[in-house]
Amino acid sequence: MDAMPKWADVVLIPLISLILAALLSALVILAIGESPIEALMLMIDGALGSTYGWGYTLYYATNFIFTGLAVSVAFHARMFNIGGEGQAMMGGLGVALVCMYIPWPHWSLALLGGAVGAAIFGAAWAAIPAYLQAKRGSHIVITTIMFNFIAAALLNYLLIGALKPAGSMEPATGKFPPATHLPSFQDMFSFGETALFRGAPANVSFFVAILACVAVWALIWKTRLGYEIRAYGHSEPAAKYAGISPTKIIMVSMLISGGLAGMMAINNVQGEAERLVLSAVEGAGFIGIAVALMGRSHPFGVFLAAILFGFLYQGGAELALWTKIPREMIVVIQALVILFTGALDDMVRAPLERVFIALQRRKKRAA
Amino acid sequence: MTLAPAIELKDISKAFGPVQANKNISIRVMPGTIHGIIGENGAGKSTLMSILYGFYKADKGEIYIAGKKTAIPDSQSAIAAGIGMVFQHFKLVENFTVLENIVLGAEDSGLLRPSLARARRELKSLADEYELNVDPDAVVQDIGVGMQQRVEILKALYRRADILILDEPTGVLTPAEADHLFRILENLKREGKTIILITHKLREIMDATDTVSVMRRGEMTATVKTADTNPAELAELMVGRKVLLQVEKSPARVGKTILDVRNLNVTDNKGVHRVKDVSFTVKAGEILGIAGVSGNGQSELLEVLGGYEKATGTITVNGIEIDLTGAKSDGRSRRARGIAHVPEDRQREGLIMDYHAWENVAFGYHHAPEYQRGMFMNNAAIKEDTIAKMKRFDVRPPDPRLAAKSFSGGNQQKIVLAREIERNPDLLLIGQPTRGVDIGAIEFIHQQIVALRDQGKAILLVSVELEEILALSDRIAVMFDGRMMGERLPQDTDEKELGLMMAGMTKEDAA
Repeated sequence: MDAMPKWADVVLIPLISLILAALLSALVILAIGESPIEALMLMIDGALGSTYGWGYTLYYATNFIFTGLAVSVAFHARMFNIGGEGQAMMGGLGVALVCMYIPWPHWSLALLGGAVGAAIFGAAWAAIPAYLQAKRGSHIVITTIMFNFIAAALLNYLLIGALKPAGSMEPATGKFPPATHLPSFQDMFSFGETALFRGAPANVSFFVAILACVAVWALIWKTRLGYEIRAYGHSEPAAKYAGISPTKIIMVSMLISGGLAGMMAINNVQGEAERLVLSAVEGAGFIGIAVALMGRSHPFGVFLAAILFGFLYQGGAELALWTKIPREMIVVIQALVILFTGALDDMVRAPLERVFIALQRRKKRAA
Repeated sequence: MTLAPAIELKDISKAFGPVQANKNISIRVMPGTIHGIIGENGAGKSTLMSILYGFYKADKGEIYIAGKKTAIPDSQSAIAAGIGMVFQHFKLVENFTVLENIVLGAEDSGLLRPSLARARRELKSLADEYELNVDPDAVVQDIGVGMQQRVEILKALYRRADILILDEPTGVLTPAEADHLFRILENLKREGKTIILITHKLREIMDATDTVSVMRRGEMTATVKTADTNPAELAELMVGRKVLLQVEKSPARVGKTILDVRNLNVTDNKGVHRVKDVSFTVKAGEILGIAGVSGNGQSELLEVLGGYEKATGTITVNGIEIDLTGAKSDGRSRRARGIAHVPEDRQREGLIMDYHAWENVAFGYHHAPEYQRGMFMNNAAIKEDTIAKMKRFDVRPPDPRLAAKSFSGGNQQKIVLAREIERNPDLLLIGQPTRGVDIGAIEFIHQQIVALRDQGKAILLVSVELEEILALSDRIAVMFDGRMMGERLPQDTDEKELGLMMAGMTKEDAA
């Protein structure tokens, strides 16, 4: 018998955790002498109060959906892929190469090509740690972290060397050709006089991210591969008994994971910057871990958590712009959200379970 | 008699979340007696003893030791109150000597030497008194399980325990070792110690105890004098209905050879030689039972046949050799060759505990064409199949959407059995079919195994329960230290002879 109904597990617990994190954040904001109510209003207004704000929130969310899905898929196979950051950097490299060296006739094909290039590079970057885990038992957490650093170094090397346009002083590629530019929300949703999402970076990749959510959901719960991945994640001895090869599951799940992390690049590199810069990923790979934790590794949960973190990012930027609350403060708030939704899950779960058990008892007695 | 009971529990209750593990349990154990507690898995025996030993705190109820109300908040206070516990899984430091293990945690001072010297003297007198001989300087990992258990008992006695609790003490022992254990318990009793014996084996209760309490679903259903009861009655008290303790089966109609194993050798990944030159056959329509104390190579044998352990030698099934290494030596290929496998540890291997029942019914057979629909799995078809299988195997509750972990041990086993048997295999491998299974389900599972045999299937049965081996097998082989000690027919042998073989001796050795 489960102690709690599913909706409580999926909705109520994250919600309570979130409220607790918000309350604690309010205290911190109070402590530095600002008004938490005002700060919250400012964040909401900045992130959700205009199509411009939404354009930023959804742009960030798109990044987080990809990296959150990446962590989730690996997590179903009980692989802790901390290498989303590096895989997304490599994805950026893949997009840059595809956009710069292949002449695309139309943005839709360029998007497809960019996505494939990004996924292949991201997957390739995850393949080496996966192989080392499967064949040598080198712990995936350690190797993926190391590969983040290697990716950063490699990108640095390429962006001050081979990929830098002659005469440029900046460690970045040149602008991608116009045919590879993706339509932004402004291009897509503005009619006649009314320009919506003006200047915001959200672009068509957001819909690719939603498609990715659906695809991951189908993969994990509807296909045989997903069945095997989850089985292996739950119990390796059982998987072996059933004839599921651990090597195959580790490799395949990490390749998919790396591919998804890499695909983030169609949003930030191809969609927004339209060139590859050194700091393109900006920690989205790590936020993906929090997003996956909070979303319970379920694509729909990941989607909601990604929107929340997009809101925190954009709202936080607004906060830094209009108040004396420093940018670092928003990192503290994010950390609190991660702490409460991920690490302190049990703190909320255990009392809530007791409440539900008590309710059930009362119902039984009444019946 | 005005003697105070050695232990008296009054109205002990304990709940874990929604599960009421102990409900108003009262029990009196007189000093100098052996008191048995019997019940099925999950009946609450272990919880009750954990409360007595200070691992859990009872929600309500009182504990009296020798007539005095005693609070036992932790195991230190249990030891101080004179209670000693011998766990099913020993708590010994493997690379310490016997003496060091006994002193560990009960040192007299920061200096070890005087403690060890005192322990050595006391150990000698304890050994003389109770027939508890152990070499104090032997390293624990080098001595057998029977010896290790004695060390556990000595540890308790060294801490001046007057009350000794033994949790399923014979699970890992050969019959001879078990007999020796019961002699030791008799000696302890004669010296005035009180012993609580927790077991699910009716025979041990009948042989060793003075009084017995029966537990069912967290409640104490009866406490009786052992002399006034019989196994059938105890079984009925445990299950709540009449049960058949005997398996009914007709003589085997043996057909052609299905499984032929020759010179099988298994070396595990630590380099230990687990199975040594084992050869045997299983024919259609017969049950070959492999007896042996656990850890003598039977598990590895099943793993090789099931396709998840590498080996050398030759194995043929239906006359065709199967791969023992390489890509085709996995569970999927084995199933394709008509080998079904009910593994020894269903919770670790046979089931994904967090998967729904229907997902578990497809487990291992998830490549089957009837479970596919294009690029997806046909979950609706699997669910339908599950409902049918649950019905035929009387799985309760018959809800395919319930997680495997929510079923009782017996019903979990029925799910595994339904999955494997209903595939109509030529050969069924079945390990510990009734471990952790309630008596009611044991009956059903045994009937299913015999029914499959009567359909002309070959069955390889591995069990550490000699009674089960004797009741089901048409031929019996005994494994010891990775070798086959020989084969016997059930009608030509008895527990005593098999017990000797399980300890690595032949009849001639014993004579």
